[in-house]
Amino acid sequence: MKEIKLFDVVGSFAEDKDIAKEIRVNEVMPILDKEEIVFNFLNVEGATQSFVHALISDLIRKKGINILDKVYFKNCNDTIKKIIGIVVEYMQDEEYQ
Amino acid sequence: MEIHLPNSAFLGNIDPFLRSYNPENKNELYITFNNDWVSVHPVVLCMVTSLGLNIRKINGRLLCRKPFATSKHYLERMGLFEILGLDSQIKVKSHESAGRFIPITQIRDSQELHTFITEMIPLLHSEPEQVEPIKYVISELVRNVFEHAESKDGAIVCAQYYKKSNVIRIGVVDTGIGIQNSINFSYKTENDLHAIQLALTPGITGKTRNIGGTETNAGAGLFFIKSIAKVNRDFFMVYSGSGMYKLLKTPLPSTIKLNRNPFEDKCSKNNELPYWQGTAVGIDISLERHQKFDSLLDLIRQTYFKDIKERKKERFKKPKFI
Repeated sequence: MKEIKLFDVVGSFAEDKDIAKEIRVNEVMPILDKEEIVFNFLNVEGATQSFVHALISDLIRKKGINILDKVYFKNCNDTIKKIIGIVVEYMQDEEYQ
Repeated sequence: MEIHLPNSAFLGNIDPFLRSYNPENKNELYITFNNDWVSVHPVVLCMVTSLGLNIRKINGRLLCRKPFATSKHYLERMGLFEILGLDSQIKVKSHESAGRFIPITQIRDSQELHTFITEMIPLLHSEPEQVEPIKYVISELVRNVFEHAESKDGAIVCAQYYKKSNVIRIGVVDTGIGIQNSINFSYKTENDLHAIQLALTPGITGKTRNIGGTETNAGAGLFFIKSIAKVNRDFFMVYSGSGMYKLLKTPLPSTIKLNRNPFEDKCSKNNELPYWQGTAVGIDISLERHQKFDSLLDLIRQTYFKDIKERKKERFKKPKFI
């Protein structure tokens, strides 16, 4: 299981889509078939929908929705939980499968 | 080009200011001010700055009439003259800016945006839950500029807190390709206003026709921002090309309903304004009527999914019975 501590790379406000993409492409995608991933939001106080979209939408698009069985979101506050929920929900639309 | 800072230009009464802008002759900019008093929304200052920086870049003529208005000190403190390299000949005491305003700032890349957001928070002196939508709005609007505007000067941003009305007003402006040119990459638009309408519709982006967007773009940013303004019963304006859309305040006690189609909101619109090369966005965020960001997300979620379902239905082929 690989844990990615987002605060270390994005600080308390997760809004930089370029960083989100870097994490996804360089740290998540190469190992996702073999390992589970934990996105740890400890000390991250806020996130934009754009950031979360850039972080996870392509995982779902490329690997299918069941990839969420291997991806965990840890230490999220209510706002971040809702933003992740919105992104996950719209990505489950069959348009993307 | 000519731009005149009037006595008053806030989102509610900004239309005469927009109509008075003269975009002809791109090699020259003439800035004038109301003689008695200038009180304007930050988006106005951002627009003036954007034009001035463009003129500086091409070594054009930048003419600025000496401001006489009592509020010239405000313009000085907001950094208008400094960023344009103008000597205002105004001497102001250095006031502590915390809790009042975020001076005009040019943001060209992610690092500058990160720094801006980090440094801006203490300036606002607001509660964390009040700061949350402000950070959100600025981040999403500036990133829109990076991704869609093709602006060589990045975004011009400033904000001000108005104690009396307890409102933070924010402006984000660019002089890039404009919304219509950006949306036209994936949708055929009739005019600037139609492009603005599409840009505000959830799930539509200039990056792709796929509902839900690309790996890094969902077409949801402007819809979220309009929703923040709507839920807080505030103004929100987008001006691009000849088109302008303005979300009007939803008065109390009307219930808030987020609409997929921005034209179904209480709004004003115009497609015959002087041509703004790029995009100017202004938003007010009331701290008094501030709704919890969480509740806002619940409302957005409901609207977003209803919208996607409706759009999918629109695309379904139906048998033709004759």
